[in-house]
Amino acid sequence: MLKVTIDDISIEVPPGTTILQAARMIGQNVPPAMCYYSKLEGSGGKCRTCLVKVTKGSEKDPRPMPKLVASCRTGVMDGMEVRNETSPEVIDARKGVTEFLLINHPLDCPVCDQAGECKLQDLSYEHGLAKSRYEFKRREFEKRDIGDKIQLHMNRCILCYRCTQVADQLTPERVHGVLNRGEVSEISTYIEQAVDNDFSGNMIDVCPVGALTDKTFRFKSRVWFTKPMLAHRECTTCSGKVTLWFQGSEVLRVTTRKDKWNEAEAFICNDCRFEKKKTEDWTIDGPAHIDTHSVIAQNHLPFELPVVQKNLPDAL
Amino acid sequence: MGRKILLEHIDKPGIDQIESYIKYGGYRSVSKALKEMTPDEVTEEVKKSGLRGRGGAGFATGLKWSFLDKSTDKPRYLLCNADESEPGTFKDRLLMEKIPHLLIEGMITSSYALGCNTSYIYIRGEYMFILRILQKAIAEAYAKGFLGKNILGSGFNLDLYVHPGAGAYICGEETALIESLEGKRGNPRIKPPFPAVSGLWNCPTIVNNVESIAAVVSIVNEGGDEYAKTGIGKSTGTKLISASGNINKPGVYEIEMGVPVEEFIYSDEYCGGIKNGLELKACVPGGSSVPILPKHHLLYESNGNPRLMSYESLSEGGFATGSMLGSGGFIVYDEKQCIVRNTWNFARFYHHESCGQCSPCREGTGWMERVLHNIEYGHGKMEDIDLLWDIQRKIEGNTICPLGDAAAWPVAAAIRHFRHEFEYHVKYRNRVFDEDHVYQPEMKAQLV
Repeated sequence: MLKVTIDDISIEVPPGTTILQAARMIGQNVPPAMCYYSKLEGSGGKCRTCLVKVTKGSEKDPRPMPKLVASCRTGVMDGMEVRNETSPEVIDARKGVTEFLLINHPLDCPVCDQAGECKLQDLSYEHGLAKSRYEFKRREFEKRDIGDKIQLHMNRCILCYRCTQVADQLTPERVHGVLNRGEVSEISTYIEQAVDNDFSGNMIDVCPVGALTDKTFRFKSRVWFTKPMLAHRECTTCSGKVTLWFQGSEVLRVTTRKDKWNEAEAFICNDCRFEKKKTEDWTIDGPAHIDTHSVIAQNHLPFELPVVQKNLPDAL
Repeated sequence: MGRKILLEHIDKPGIDQIESYIKYGGYRSVSKALKEMTPDEVTEEVKKSGLRGRGGAGFATGLKWSFLDKSTDKPRYLLCNADESEPGTFKDRLLMEKIPHLLIEGMITSSYALGCNTSYIYIRGEYMFILRILQKAIAEAYAKGFLGKNILGSGFNLDLYVHPGAGAYICGEETALIESLEGKRGNPRIKPPFPAVSGLWNCPTIVNNVESIAAVVSIVNEGGDEYAKTGIGKSTGTKLISASGNINKPGVYEIEMGVPVEEFIYSDEYCGGIKNGLELKACVPGGSSVPILPKHHLLYESNGNPRLMSYESLSEGGFATGSMLGSGGFIVYDEKQCIVRNTWNFARFYHHESCGQCSPCREGTGWMERVLHNIEYGHGKMEDIDLLWDIQRKIEGNTICPLGDAAAWPVAAAIRHFRHEFEYHVKYRNRVFDEDHVYQPEMKAQLV
């Protein structure tokens, strides 16, 4: 086991753990991650929001690392000391990255389906500036359908590459990647083909922003007006374990179950996601946990009701 | 006259043909290494020579070779980085175009030292004509038995291939080069793992610049200690400098490390002074990505000693008063050149060449380019100068590969040393240029 200290909190982790994973194990002062996705191989390192400062390399080689490192792709060493939120340098760099991510983002949150569960919103709330310093025209792309159920809106994309990794790793055919270079690079399918496979819908769930949206849900409702319920069904292609988003008794959309880090617990098939939109298709397991920080939780009672008086009869 | 090691025979007729090349002592290092030395002895000589990578970073070549992971039974690869795309640098072109066999000889010797049986030369797409020259030279080397199976009866096999890129600056970054060679999009990889452990097709790989590999030939021929006698301090041997800009004699010069910068610019042996009798204003000493230096910092170190053409001397004083030797793209500016326009031009290049993988570089290079364009064309504001400083600060060091640093440094240095020119552009927006868009220093002189 390797001992790593992040913001003065120590933890022992198995070899091969990254700094970000170690921080998640600790559970506090976790660097934000826009592109890293633990379920996808080779993800991470691109958005640079998870930069941290390594003040002590390891017990053997205590020199600090010269630059800030991407915590999602840097493995821990024994005796490593890391500064995340306690380092002004890290916070400054993170602010810079947030600003870079936002300069070409349309900020059309009022009409974006992702609003309310958007990681970029969270990031800019925590690290963004009140006012943009960018005074130029933002880059624009045409909206495009990739597959009959998924719409790609490149204006909102932050090029985290997660969706291309889903296409690569969940399905046998690679039809989907990045075109062009630099600022004008865009997610696209090979000569505008549709992404046509059983698991393509998962790219909607891995998208941290509203670039990939579910066409069966577009503009139906704001997410904070819907109530998430865990449910399952017998499915021959996937695990069948999903979250249903209800408005009244109507199922508006089906997504994967998300864990604490907003990552899918198990990827689901398109059949479950797009076709099964009736309550009778599903066995309800109970309400889904929504973090109290999330705007979605504002529409719900918190799960753990505060206990006012433990022993009511005694009080009476 | 300095000693010539790489370009010694460049003027000999027919040196691009293998017969003439052998006549002038070519391929001696191959027979010496393969017949008389073990691979480790060759590596040891390179270490002794103190040779530092000529591609820009100046990392010790022998040390890099010693990082090659020899513990696995995977094949090992040597890649030659001939993707010379740094604005202001054109030294490798001359070497490959005129003496292709020098590179091939270096590749054979180096591959032997590293135990590689397949090696690649990754050449930039714009050098398609050099690709043909190299392929012809490789065919000649195969015919003479310097390449292929059982080279010179030593039992060592080597296949050498030339692979053209598609003309992307980013593919000169070693991991992007590897990706491109594998047939993928040329995006830099996230390090670690470094290529010496997991490079081409996840096998241990060494990537070296053309000039570094060519230098191995003379290191093996004369011995590492002998090679290390040329040069100064930790900058051993000779360096090819691509001199360009407002000088009388632009071109590629081979210098011994340690020539004073002043001598290099003004002596008739090298650049021959500033063109049209004008004054020297500034210079980018190592290719577009290194910081620009004004005259007084360029010619003198911070302690008043003359600055020399070497890794240490040029970087003396850090970025506050120093710069870097980089890849040796020596761009000289006379007093009439506009630093703002030049900085914008560089920023435009990095904006175009950013791969778009990580956010600071993808968004920041474009932003800097637009702000600089505004200032250059008279739409700038005073706050823009501080904004530029802030943007470059947030790109530098926060990116996956050094392209972000390379984009940030020229902007930072221009503001650091020539802030008055930026302010002049903002204050007197319509008066900076004459009709031919030439910068007017007299106007500035009236104001300062």
